[in-house]
Amino acid sequence: MAQTAAEPRLATAKGEQSLTGKRAQDIIAGYTFLAPAVIILTVFLIIPMLAAIYFSFTDWNGITPLNRADAYGFVGIENYQRLLFEEGRRQEVFFTSLKNTIFFVIGVVPVQTFLALLLAVIVNQRWLRGKGFFRTAFYFPSITSSVVISLIFMWLFTRNGLINGAIGALFPNYSPVTWLEDPNGMIHNFLGLFGITRNTVGAWAESEIASVSLWNWISGPSVTMFMIMILNTWTTIGTLMVIFLAALQNIPGQVYEAATVDGASPLQIFRKITVPLLRPTTFFVITLGLIGTFQVFDQIFVISVGGPANTTLTIAYLVYRSGFTDSRMGLAAATAIVLFIIIFVFTLIQRRITGETANK
Amino acid sequence: MATAAPSVPVGASNTPVAQTIRRLVPIIGTLVLVFFALIQILPFAFTLVNSFKCLPAINAAPGAFVPVAPFNVECVNNEGRTLSAEATVNGASFNPTLDGYQEVIEGASLPRWLFNTVFIAVVITILRVFFDSLAGYALARLKFPGNRAVFLLILGTLMIPGIVLLIPRFIILQQLGMLNQYTGVIIPLMVDAFGIFLMKQFFESIPDEIEEAALVDGANRFVMFFRVVLPMATPALTALAIFSFQGAWNNFLDALVVLQGAQELWTLPLGLAFLRGQSGETLRWHQFLAGSVITTVPIAIIFFAFQRYFVEGVNYSGLAGT
Repeated sequence: MAQTAAEPRLATAKGEQSLTGKRAQDIIAGYTFLAPAVIILTVFLIIPMLAAIYFSFTDWNGITPLNRADAYGFVGIENYQRLLFEEGRRQEVFFTSLKNTIFFVIGVVPVQTFLALLLAVIVNQRWLRGKGFFRTAFYFPSITSSVVISLIFMWLFTRNGLINGAIGALFPNYSPVTWLEDPNGMIHNFLGLFGITRNTVGAWAESEIASVSLWNWISGPSVTMFMIMILNTWTTIGTLMVIFLAALQNIPGQVYEAATVDGASPLQIFRKITVPLLRPTTFFVITLGLIGTFQVFDQIFVISVGGPANTTLTIAYLVYRSGFTDSRMGLAAATAIVLFIIIFVFTLIQRRITGETANK
Repeated sequence: MATAAPSVPVGASNTPVAQTIRRLVPIIGTLVLVFFALIQILPFAFTLVNSFKCLPAINAAPGAFVPVAPFNVECVNNEGRTLSAEATVNGASFNPTLDGYQEVIEGASLPRWLFNTVFIAVVITILRVFFDSLAGYALARLKFPGNRAVFLLILGTLMIPGIVLLIPRFIILQQLGMLNQYTGVIIPLMVDAFGIFLMKQFFESIPDEIEEAALVDGANRFVMFFRVVLPMATPALTALAIFSFQGAWNNFLDALVVLQGAQELWTLPLGLAFLRGQSGETLRWHQFLAGSVITTVPIAIIFFAFQRYFVEGVNYSGLAGT
């Protein structure tokens, strides 16, 4: 009796000891394992994020050493004021870059999402031969350097390049487009086909919103920007397709079988089963697309440096230019913060739209 | 259910029209894929072919794609005159040359860029795999106060767009004296939130019985992590390593901001971008194309060797979104 009572007590005591020992070890190990990651992320991500906010309220030029007392002054919200509200060149440049970026995003995101889904659905079909080949072919561009892709596309789209050559072979009347330096807006060009130009459209076109004329607001992406949009879509489709494909393969086969037994046509199956089940993935793909396209930079740097006539100036490139070319780090930081807020808001709106339809 | 049934034409799948459609769908589908596959592949194919041409031939006949003898022609003859396009191109055939490669290797210090790129990418990859898996493991398995908070913090950093960090990261690296140094591009990138997230997901997906057994046997967490946990994580580690390597290899923005002032530290993307920037009116395509090929081949070899892991890694990231 005494023995049997003592034994469990001993066991619990031993268990408790090893348990607290294990717990203490877990805590020490946990902090040690996480320390490097937390330090690096704090120093190079979180502090910079706060520093960006801080410097956006200063007029630092990026050159004067920060340890000098007169390195920078506080200017309050002046940088934001100049970018967003005060009429003038800064506002014009910012809103031009905003307009360019938005045309870019609106053009690229839906197209690349749709094409990626289309390709994924076809690659996922049971009758398809050579799945591996197609997946490789589509994915390959997205592992290549953005600088390399930009150089290749520049070369393909030169005036005497392969693209103009190919179009010319198909349409003998085609007069070669100078893709790399054509500032004309695609919507302007389209309107021009019907004889609608800045001069014929009426006086409203000249009134300005945020220092940019209404006529320029509706320019559409310039021809050069359009070419960069093609490039961007071309590069991204592969990654997005592989993501869609993974999601498609996660849909259990029984779901389709049940639908087929119920007599649903392939189109009905796609609309009523595949699309709803892909909602979370679609949300993810669109979010990735938004975040990526809002920050387009490398391609602009290599191909057009913002030109011609500022038509490929994106917000991301403007941040770089203000900071490093114009030596206005404070203004550049403010521009970056505005971009951050824009991306955040767009993602929220997007989540709203996709989320609500998903609940239906 | 009952209301839905009538809208489905019963037996419709057996009409001749439906049968024809069913036979046509695979053909059309395959054609669509072939069309897009060509669009994705042809630019690379033409880049590769044209990188072996003399500049005038690239400009005048980018479409010529059959290499014929004489091989390895000199684009500039003994009198210093460049061969005209006609001299090296005949219809669809052309005489290959290595001039573009020679110029970019001897004239533009490409070997140096290649070395820098390899060095930076390898170091980042090793550090990242190590620190991301440590952190991912701690978040997945270890119970300690603040675990959840740290996880949310790391997740939150995923939302910070890289371009926002452009300016302040420059400022901080400047303060730390890390501009124009290898460390300036390596240390900020030696940990990444996405990798931690990926490793956490992975560790949560494997059973913890083996670890428990090792703990009972008296191994401590540190020893066990290296002896037991990491060997089990090879697939996830490989995926993470490949992603890190590819990202570091192609990274342009960080290299631009940090290494711009130190030419001897330029990476391949940075070097190529500046090569293009310096070239003014006459774009030296033979050099750009040769440089592009050299930049792409190593990553392409890795891609074909480890393709499975690329796809797996994307799947992980896809799951992260769901």
